[in-house]
Amino acid sequence: MQDINIKITDREGKTHDIVAPTDMSMNLMEVVRSYELAEEGTIGICGGMAMCASCQCYIKSNHELPEMTDDEDAMLAEAFYVEDNSRLGCQIQITPALNGLEVELAPES
Amino acid sequence: MITTDILIIGAGPTGLFTIFEAGLLKLKCHLIDALPQPGGQCSEIYPKKPIYDIPAYPEILAGDLTAKLLEQTKQFEPGFTLGERAETIDKQKDGSFIVTTNKGTKHHAKVVAIAGGLGSFEPRKPQIENLAKFEDNGVEYIIKEPELYRDKKVVISGGGDSALDWAIFLADVASEVTLIHRRNEFRGALDSVEKAQELKNLGKINIITPAEVKGLLGNEKVTGVIVEKKGEDGFIIDTDHFIPLFGLSPKLGPIANWGLEIEKNAIKVNNALDYQTNIPGIYAIGDVNTYPGKLKLILCGFHEATLMCQSAYKKIFPDKKYVMKYTTVGGVQGFDGTKKEAPKAVIKAIQ
Repeated sequence: MQDINIKITDREGKTHDIVAPTDMSMNLMEVVRSYELAEEGTIGICGGMAMCASCQCYIKSNHELPEMTDDEDAMLAEAFYVEDNSRLGCQIQITPALNGLEVELAPES
Repeated sequence: MITTDILIIGAGPTGLFTIFEAGLLKLKCHLIDALPQPGGQCSEIYPKKPIYDIPAYPEILAGDLTAKLLEQTKQFEPGFTLGERAETIDKQKDGSFIVTTNKGTKHHAKVVAIAGGLGSFEPRKPQIENLAKFEDNGVEYIIKEPELYRDKKVVISGGGDSALDWAIFLADVASEVTLIHRRNEFRGALDSVEKAQELKNLGKINIITPAEVKGLLGNEKVTGVIVEKKGEDGFIIDTDHFIPLFGLSPKLGPIANWGLEIEKNAIKVNNALDYQTNIPGIYAIGDVNTYPGKLKLILCGFHEATLMCQSAYKKIFPDKKYVMKYTTVGGVQGFDGTKKEAPKAVIKAIQ
């Protein structure tokens, strides 16, 4: 399978059903940017190094996600609006296992 | 008043390389940057991370790239206004510009090149209701003058390098230092973490974790903070200063009000020609600009800077004849009197 379906709720509360490729080594932050679901310059500021938390999102479905690295964990420890289901979109690679994933973008900070 | 030929706003890699290209054309540059050091994101966000797509460098650390660019440009004696943010721009009758910073420093230049990346780095402020009210009245986001805290009580919040390092530094200055972090774990250089542990054991700093500052007390000045440990009632710590250190994030800021055409948080430029904006004499290069097919890559910023300098030269000297010279042929003549050039071959008969 090449593409998966993901539901992404943007910062205005609008939910988008989008299709994401699994074979382009994209992460969730890049998918959000490619669909322009968050204003350019407000997401992926560090480029995807888990160093800025601008791609923070809340995971709304029960998918098993890649384990958090120490970098991501430490960055979330300093971010704002953090909840128990917070993750950094840039650390979540798009794989077939994430078909049906539902996420919500955290507010800009 | 600082005067220069090209005023560069932003001292990241694109802004720094502009100094070199301008220097080859005998144009002087001055740079303004909100950060206290040059390098932009490369020095502020990821100095220890490698970059793999700088031509001829299979791998270079972002911090090293900054150092190399400074070395490459030093003979052109650039001026720097660091730790200040470009606030306003006024076009003069003769077409030149005066740019004033938030601290009132004025810069007069024939041409302005905005190389501002994603914007100027501003401190990230925690969500505390009355935080803004106490700004500069006990709340500081950046420590500029450590002596301000001499014999005062200080509460620092944050879990990264700057929170740790300042807590350690102020332990010898302030009368009382409390470090508050949402987690038990701190992210910093190993020796910083160990030093903080040592100072805690000696009773020189208080560390409260996992906890957050939820409110501020005081009338005109901060007199205390309300701290909450997870799942417990809040308590008060008396303090003279509250310093939240949660890193910096870039914001386009005042540049957005300069009358420039903005699209997707970036400045639209003429990429068919010279990266000039809708205001003649103001260019935008590097990550801060946008045009069809734009890529936010350092190497693209270098190219844009080079073309921009050629255009700026023609703008400043409309009647002068000029041809581009290869550095291998023409060498590099610094404003400091130095000259780099290819060694001359010897022509001599062999007997």
